[in-house]
Amino acid sequence: MIMTSAVGSSFVYVTYIRSTPEQVWSALTESEFVRQYWLGADVKADWKIGGSWQLVFSDGTTADAGEILEFEPPKRLAIRWRNEFKPEYKAEGWSLCVMELEPVGEATKLTVNHSMERENSKFIRAVSGGWPEILSNLKSLLETGSIAVTGEEP
Amino acid sequence: MSGMNDDIVFRALADANRRQLLDRLHEKNGQTLGELCRGLAMTRQAVTKHLSILESANLVSWKRLGREKLHFINPVPIHEIAERWMNKFEQPRLRALSQLKKNLERNDHD
Repeated sequence: MIMTSAVGSSFVYVTYIRSTPEQVWSALTESEFVRQYWLGADVKADWKIGGSWQLVFSDGTTADAGEILEFEPPKRLAIRWRNEFKPEYKAEGWSLCVMELEPVGEATKLTVNHSMERENSKFIRAVSGGWPEILSNLKSLLETGSIAVTGEEP
Repeated sequence: MSGMNDDIVFRALADANRRQLLDRLHEKNGQTLGELCRGLAMTRQAVTKHLSILESANLVSWKRLGREKLHFINPVPIHEIAERWMNKFEQPRLRALSQLKKNLERNDHD
């Protein structure tokens, strides 16, 4: 198991979704789901340990890229993650994003820990605005079949 | 279920001490109980009690790092509450804008 260091920048997001871990896992890893809720981005990945991982905007530009470090469906996914489209974020280097899924009663507890071994990371601050929106969207998509906020203009 | 969760979130937020703890986590995320207590006019027991209320409302999450328990602010429930009403206000406005756009574009072809 990968541990993050105490120093640095770190966020932990938790949401409870009325769905099974298998469905939440599909929503995190399947393109047909991801592009519906990930604020206009899509995921392209080779889903295995060591496989490549990318978030791509609808115009084809790469938003973020990295490598899959842990792949344990439907429980744990860890991604070595770097921003690709903003030079000042990219210059900060690699971050680590760990997603954990755990059944709790009739719901699934999804915990996302995004961190970087760098104090006051601008990138971690920037994603800290996006994650709550992405997770709320994911929750409403799985619970009601539609999302609350889109990444694109109406 | 979602209504019930909202009650828990609002109750957790309806206390100045708990909001102060959230402010401190917002300033610096990932603190131990000891760090959070520093400089506060609350006993350690009071902070522990408030943190457990914030945790059950899912406003604070935590993870273990070695022997330490680090606390994090979890903004997801607050975002969900905001969204619930924001969308209601935005939908008619967005519909009006898209209707306006349609009308203007139709006029272009007249």
